[in-house]
Amino acid sequence: MQKLAAALAGSLFGAGLTISGMVNPMKVLNFLDLLGTHDFTLIFVMGGGLLTAMIGYQLLFRRGKPFFADRFDLPGTSLINAKLVGGAALFGLGWGISGICPGPAIAGLVFGYSQSFIFVAAMAVGILAARFATNGHNAS
Amino acid sequence: MSPTEFTPYTGLIGGILIGLSAIVLMAGNGRILGASGIFGGLLTLNFNSDFVWRFIFIVCMLIATAWVALFNGMAQQMAFGTTSLTTAIGGVIVGIGVYLGNGCTSGHGICGNARFSKPSFIATCTFMVIAITTVYVIRHVMGA
Repeated sequence: MQKLAAALAGSLFGAGLTISGMVNPMKVLNFLDLLGTHDFTLIFVMGGGLLTAMIGYQLLFRRGKPFFADRFDLPGTSLINAKLVGGAALFGLGWGISGICPGPAIAGLVFGYSQSFIFVAAMAVGILAARFATNGHNAS
Repeated sequence: MSPTEFTPYTGLIGGILIGLSAIVLMAGNGRILGASGIFGGLLTLNFNSDFVWRFIFIVCMLIATAWVALFNGMAQQMAFGTTSLTTAIGGVIVGIGVYLGNGCTSGHGICGNARFSKPSFIATCTFMVIAITTVYVIRHVMGA
């Protein structure tokens, strides 16, 4: 049943990224360029996703337990440190350079552009390098 | 840079689908929907049960993307703002960043904030400000 939930969640995620246009790096860059191109679509995507998840999570957490697993696997709140902020800053830098974040990067592979493959391969190198450098202390 | 159309309605519908995806993964498996975490988990090549659901998630995500693109012409709209070299540089930095920061736009930006996680709120504010500043510098200071 966990496989079925993953299949449904993956399908919804891919559909959402594509319907919203977020797989298109230029659309994301044109949002991030607040003073220039004025494509504010991303704010509606994040807002819609955030509000939907917020309502769903509230109902689920009240239930106390997921349907096909023993417990909710949630990161703790003690993670506020330089690594979190530095990592998020680096992610913001790479996202700003490329207009590509991990979800759309992977979804975009289906369109066959060489840039998509370059990005995902480079991202894998970055993740593995960071894991190697920290001896895997940040398994996520 | 080339202009893209402001599409709030399809944006909102897409966002709601992403939110539903997060709900399904939490309801079924008790997991946060984080694209970088799911992808990073596959890179461990640890063939346990987590590997299986992550793999299924990615495959179904790719299939759904291809299907929806048949109807909205996304394959033709795709446009990159970078050269192969800057794409690669951006990719490596994103990889390091999401590993150290424990998440990206989906895990922190949507799921973390949806459960009022303070680290996720701090991470989201940080990557948003840095990304907007980076695009400002590249487009309006360097004039690329």
